Amino acid sequence: MDWDKIFKNTFLILVTCLVLSACATKKVSTTSSQIQGDVYTGTDTVEYLASGVPDRVFFATNESVLTTASRDTLRKQAAWLRKNSEITVVLEGHADERGTREYNLALGERRANAAKDYLMTYGISSNRISVISYGKERPVDSGSNPLAWSKNRRSVTVKAN
Amino acid sequence: MLFRYLLILMLLLPIKAFGLIEVDITRGNLSPLPIAVTPLSIDDKSKKSFEKILKKKDIAAEISTVIENNLKQSGLFNPLNKDAFLQKSDIAHLKPRFEDWALIKAQALITGKVTFVDEKIRVEFRLWDVLAGKEMMALAFTTVSSNWRRVGHIITDKVYERLTGEKGYFDTRIIYVAEEGPKTNRIKKLAIMDQDGFNTKYLTLGNELVLTPRFNPTNQMVTYLSYFRNLPRVYLLDIETGIQEVVGDFPGMTFAPRFSPDGRKIIMSFAMDGNSDIYTMDLENRIVERITNHPSIDTSPSYSPNNKYICFNSDRSGYQQIYVMKSDGSNVKRISFGKGIYGTPVWSPRGDLIAFTKMHKGKFYIGVMRTNGSGERLLTENFYQEAPSWSPNGRVLIFYRETKTDEKGEGFSAKLWSIDLTGYNERLVETETDASDPSWSSLLSN
Repeated sequence: MDWDKIFKNTFLILVTCLVLSACATKKVSTTSSQIQGDVYTGTDTVEYLASGVPDRVFFATNESVLTTASRDTLRKQAAWLRKNSEITVVLEGHADERGTREYNLALGERRANAAKDYLMTYGISSNRISVISYGKERPVDSGSNPLAWSKNRRSVTVKAN
Repeated sequence: MLFRYLLILMLLLPIKAFGLIEVDITRGNLSPLPIAVTPLSIDDKSKKSFEKILKKKDIAAEISTVIENNLKQSGLFNPLNKDAFLQKSDIAHLKPRFEDWALIKAQALITGKVTFVDEKIRVEFRLWDVLAGKEMMALAFTTVSSNWRRVGHIITDKVYERLTGEKGYFDTRIIYVAEEGPKTNRIKKLAIMDQDGFNTKYLTLGNELVLTPRFNPTNQMVTYLSYFRNLPRVYLLDIETGIQEVVGDFPGMTFAPRFSPDGRKIIMSFAMDGNSDIYTMDLENRIVERITNHPSIDTSPSYSPNNKYICFNSDRSGYQQIYVMKSDGSNVKRISFGKGIYGTPVWSPRGDLIAFTKMHKGKFYIGVMRTNGSGERLLTENFYQEAPSWSPNGRVLIFYRETKTDEKGEGFSAKLWSIDLTGYNERLVETETDASDPSWSSLLSN
């Protein structure tokens, strides 16, 4: 009777703990594999300008600093642009939704220019690159969570011709 | 402008009021003043004429509803239920039986009469102090019939001013960004409506992204950001003619525009090579002046009402903070020092306060501080809200708030809200669509 009840409760608690911990570990592992130091490292939204040439780079919150991975992506873009000298591009800078609209317009512009500067140091002429900021007005992921925000903090290189 | 049609504004009975009733608007008003707004009286012939041209069954009752809703929204007044009224409104307008109104606990009484005169609408109204048994105010207006809602707003402004001692904000409009569609591909249009959400008109078609519309001091022009032909630039729009033009000839994005309080200049940010600075353009001689010159982001500029100072947003300290400078760009001083980061500073039309958006620990706040940064007060907290704009009397702020409509954060809605400077009386402002970036006009009839 009493023992029976205690046993039953303990069992329930144990089961709950297991379920909870399973959920917790699962969540942590998916997020951490796609975000490093606040920067998106996954490939969900990435498109390709050519085989092996990703179209976008990602940023940390409020930052416009290029990560090692971003610089790697931009060097690939630069190499592709050198090979295809007739192509011009637009760099579209974006911010996540966690900021004021006007500041985010400026931040998007700053991010796209960070990418532009890097392409220029790898020999791409500035007259082949134009820049536009959409601030937070064109998110690629409509979610309101750290993963969605990290995908939205981006500069996307788009073929203009 | 519509107020051209307000042909006559005449005093019926210039009786000096005793002003026994007073409404204090400087604190949160927890016991709003009980006021009886009688349905305005109207003769049968006038009623039929208005029904024909305005398609409204009882225009007199409609006008009193406009007044009643305005008073209620202000949070300062408690319009009483009409079912309890003992005296007929046409008789009350001539001579109220004050005992009857006192019995239902009314402290103030509004009566009035509507007539159809030469295709126009004539509205007279009186404000009575029930306890003192005195008339406080009597006015009459004649205007084109289609203007009937504005008559209701103007009457509310007169009542508000008489009872609070400050100008009202009811005969005003809001310009905003109407939003539709999924978050990843929102359609945005400029829209304009009366302060109470009626008479919405769309000024752009939604073909290009538009943001941050702001009125000039006379409410005839609007400056805003448009992505026309994928070139984000500050535009100037004449509301009456619909004529638009780009402001200045900048080789990059211009954004965050506002008029100077004298209406002569537009102040805005210009972004070039990853750096945003503040510029002005004189609308008469087209001369462009650079106001800030700093490698940080400088944006969201807003003039003080005397044109002498500018508050703005800069991340020169590392994060977004609020700064104040002289209008020539000299004497830059940081004024925000609280925890968190600050954006969208807007100078109050009264000159004494700056409203802002503050972000701290994943929350967004609308707040105010004095122009030297002291006395910071947060009025409202939410998951996401920003861009306050002042009512012309500096007593109410309108802003926009985005909310998630489901647990996963998938659904999404943006609405306009208003809150009193006291931090009380937070209200949803109804709009036909989702809405953001509200900007309040000045009083239309002044």
